[in-house]
Amino acid sequence: MSILVDKNTKIIVQGLTGKTGTFHTEQALAYYGTQMVAGVHPAKGGEKWAGKSGEQLPIFKSVAEAKDATGADASVIYVPPAGAGAAIIEAIDAEIPFIVCITEGIPVMDMVKVKAKLENSRSRLLGPNCPGIMTPEECKIGIMPGSIFRKGSVGIVSRSGTLTYEAVFQTSNEGLGQTTAVGIGGDPVKGTEFIDVLELFLADPETTSIIMIGEIGGAAEEDAAQFLKDEARRGRKKPMAGFIAGRTAPPGRTMGHAGAVVSGGKGDAESKIAAMESAGIRVSPSPAKLGKTLVDVLKG
Amino acid sequence: MNIHEYQAKALLKEYGAPVAEGVPIFAASEAAEAVKALPGPVYVVKSQIHAGGRGKGKFKELPPESKGGVRVTFKPEDAVANAEEMFGKTLVTQQTGPAGRQVNRLYIEDGADIDRELYCSLLVDRSCGRVAFVVSTEGGMDIEAVAHATPDKIQTIDIDPDMGVTETNVEKICMVLELEGTAHDDARLLFPTLYRAFTEKDMSLLEINPLIVLKDGHLRVLDAKVSFDGNALFRHPDVQALRDTSEEDAKEIEASKYDLAYVALDGNIGCMVNGAGLAMSTMDIIKLYGAEPANFLDVGGGATKEKVTAAFKIITADPAVKGILVNIFGGIMRCDVIAEGVIAAVKEVGLQVPLVVRLEGTNVELGKKIIDESGLNVISADDLDDAAQKIVAAVKG
Repeated sequence: MSILVDKNTKIIVQGLTGKTGTFHTEQALAYYGTQMVAGVHPAKGGEKWAGKSGEQLPIFKSVAEAKDATGADASVIYVPPAGAGAAIIEAIDAEIPFIVCITEGIPVMDMVKVKAKLENSRSRLLGPNCPGIMTPEECKIGIMPGSIFRKGSVGIVSRSGTLTYEAVFQTSNEGLGQTTAVGIGGDPVKGTEFIDVLELFLADPETTSIIMIGEIGGAAEEDAAQFLKDEARRGRKKPMAGFIAGRTAPPGRTMGHAGAVVSGGKGDAESKIAAMESAGIRVSPSPAKLGKTLVDVLKG
Repeated sequence: MNIHEYQAKALLKEYGAPVAEGVPIFAASEAAEAVKALPGPVYVVKSQIHAGGRGKGKFKELPPESKGGVRVTFKPEDAVANAEEMFGKTLVTQQTGPAGRQVNRLYIEDGADIDRELYCSLLVDRSCGRVAFVVSTEGGMDIEAVAHATPDKIQTIDIDPDMGVTETNVEKICMVLELEGTAHDDARLLFPTLYRAFTEKDMSLLEINPLIVLKDGHLRVLDAKVSFDGNALFRHPDVQALRDTSEEDAKEIEASKYDLAYVALDGNIGCMVNGAGLAMSTMDIIKLYGAEPANFLDVGGGATKEKVTAAFKIITADPAVKGILVNIFGGIMRCDVIAEGVIAAVKEVGLQVPLVVRLEGTNVELGKKIIDESGLNVISADDLDDAAQKIVAAVKG
């Protein structure tokens, strides 16, 4: 089994008609027939989108219309930053169950509004500023490279896109493969957090081990470690390897991701590593050894 | 993006927050006129640099017993004399590093009769995804030290974005800050005003340290530090106009023109990486093998050949760089595009230092082939560990 997405997931695209949306929709359609069912554009409703291999998708003028016509249960957003917050809110209003926002660079204040809207809604948001989610050989939402995946047993959750690829590539090379890989994104205010994904991986019988990749900034890794400790006490525990990026980052400087900053003496790598190790996660000193570290944990 | 104290105060004043009268000066010769415009009898001369700890800071060019970067004077002629002494000198504070910052702007402000010094800041609390006030009675000192020594003296009050600052929020803040009478009346206006300024201008930090209670019971913003969300600058041309590029690293300014995420560091191994997490890890692993990175550089997901060339030029222009590590895991980013960009850049600017390239992911074979056939002296590596070891060995030579 997988978490959140599988071969039955039907996906609409907000921002399909742009260059990025078009490219990644073509990639998704080519990946084991991921069910991309429609696009949304306020001024192009009724038109057709055509991919370079002759694929066609209908375009609707609103998310609600697209959902009604196609029965979609997920939306992926490639809308540019200035309009992305409003695009997420439109998807929430249309009660799309699972919204994935790839867009990087959304103003934080827009995400504060989105976060308030998400409370008491019927939607789950992944991202923004994330690479998306992949269930190997079933469903690809977002920008992860499909070729490095392999169906298997490791659940991967990460704040960083390229480090997700490292973990996927290495677990594929070790012969373990993945159930699902989830990029939660590098923004300070976001939808899905580590804890939400870990809960799903713990509950998924086919996920038999987990890799968690964090980075400096905030306290989400510490919160996740506490959650894992509490769950272990209730008897729910899976073998885990982890990594934290940004050990050498200077305080007060934002390192690429808007959320990757050590500020006010909080959010440094050492405290995150300590928290994760105290929860039983084997933290790799190098991102090149994520796969090997997990194999060592599994050998016991 | 950061701004100076005098700019922050002018902005808060527009919103109606109580700030003292003050005049910024951009040349020492402007001091006398600035002082004349103020009522006195107390004049405060404040260095304007983008770093904290100014009061306790020292000027490099002045004898060690000289006063710091913020000076309180009691006669107009003393204010002018201090301004003339401070202007153009290099101020070294806890936050500037040993190199210090040249003081090219001063702010001369009317003095205040202080009864109590408080702390108040607004920021986005990522744990709840809301704007929050952080307040403490322990104002005027390093808030990180307060947080460390007496964490119970700092309170966080988060604000529901649908409601804004409510009566209940204000009462809570007043209780924590022990504000009564006139100060309490002022507070009912001040805290909603600060919230409005923060949200309307897309700030990422608004720190008032100290917020003071004057002897007459009124509140006043005595110091103000404001940072803005870089992602929201597109909708605030007025804020963009406040940018002072003389406070920024020249390489970082150049990088921002190409939309590259670049942070200058103190080491000697230049790095070009795609993805923020991988870029940070690349720095970490260089350190793990005993060397220091010269920079953080994320070329981003959709980099073009031109962008890669620009990135490479910025790295090689840094005289501290003794070796370069290119580390790419191509997802959206294709390895052949990176390879072409690197080769174009090397051909244009030359290569005086060892270069290690590690490519993985989309079109990796094509990328490696382009580099192998270029005839350039490039050391190729299989994975990040291998790459880091090779560049550290090459630099240590």
